[in-house]
Amino acid sequence: MDKSKKYMNPYLAGFIIGLMMIAAYFFSGEGLGSSGAYRNITLWAANGIAHNAIANDDYFGKFIGSGVNPLNTWLVFEMLGLIAGALISAGFHNRLKFEIVKSPKITNKTRLIAALIGGVLWGVGTQLGRGCTSGLIMSGMAVNSLSGYIGLIAVFGGGYMFAYFVRKLWI
Amino acid sequence: MGPLFPQNIITEPVNLLIAVLIGTGFGFALEAAGFTNTRKLAGVFYGYDFVVLKVFFTAAMTAAIGLFFMNYFGLIDLQLIYYPSTYWLPTIVGGLIMALGFIVGGFCPGTSFCAASTGKIDAITFVGGVFIGIIGYGLVYTPVFSKLRASGKMGRVNIAEWLGISDGLFIFIVTIIALVAFVVVTKLQAKWNAKRSDEFLDDLGLDD
Repeated sequence: MDKSKKYMNPYLAGFIIGLMMIAAYFFSGEGLGSSGAYRNITLWAANGIAHNAIANDDYFGKFIGSGVNPLNTWLVFEMLGLIAGALISAGFHNRLKFEIVKSPKITNKTRLIAALIGGVLWGVGTQLGRGCTSGLIMSGMAVNSLSGYIGLIAVFGGGYMFAYFVRKLWI
Repeated sequence: MGPLFPQNIITEPVNLLIAVLIGTGFGFALEAAGFTNTRKLAGVFYGYDFVVLKVFFTAAMTAAIGLFFMNYFGLIDLQLIYYPSTYWLPTIVGGLIMALGFIVGGFCPGTSFCAASTGKIDAITFVGGVFIGIIGYGLVYTPVFSKLRASGKMGRVNIAEWLGISDGLFIFIVTIIALVAFVVVTKLQAKWNAKRSDEFLDDLGLDD
């Protein structure tokens, strides 16, 4: 495929995401997000398995009201849309494929272990930091919230700090 | 004027349907920009692909500028939207943990979800990891995290106000910084990639 058709112009993609952020605030009163949906899905599953433990849990308890289904929230529905949008774009760009994407210099096993560890770290970090790149940082920046900018510096600054030590994963 | 749902101008089912549509636009743009490929995502930290910087800042500033003018012209009342509280300490610590997760795993929760949807097995693994992390966090919350999470509370803080300048001026300054950054990183990327193999660049859809 012609290289120039491979990926959308980044400024155009950014512009579209920016419009989606505006739409999110305009229609729902909240910004785009992601980790909150993960938390809600976790809550819903855990609540189904061990309701009393979850309702009384020091951390999860506060996210569950009586009778409130955590799946019935804006973020979870946004994530459903995320799946649809990703599928449409991948279909259009011929990128629908079961594969492991990694540097040719590392093994599949290394990549998968790194992915698992990375995910666990995000699971912890998002709960502590109250959001992820979209919910904490981008949605925060969109309304000039200090929290978004602190997140920006911590996440991206931190990335640069740690990059050298794991460079073999990428280059 | 917006925000519509908090003022009951639209009902909850309509709000949730619109959420799906907005998510679709978001997911489409993320995938189209190549964000299901962790090698492209990590590129910003190694200088071979600054796509993350370009997309992220364009998105954030488009939203900030758009919302600023909509608020100014009465199309939206920003006093009625969900405005986050700032907790500076757990945000820094959480952010650093996320940063490590980013550079090791290559994704963030949203991009991994998109990538998992399109078949990327490493993304599916990452998504599993996020769930494990959340559960683990919850299990040890009280002894390990509760104090930290509640610390550093500043309430709702607008960074422009905090710096003593107007919203509009702050957004203007950040936008200028972003535009300068776009030019600089484009040049740096071209310079550094002149030394990289064609195969490497082709894989990531980059110009040589």
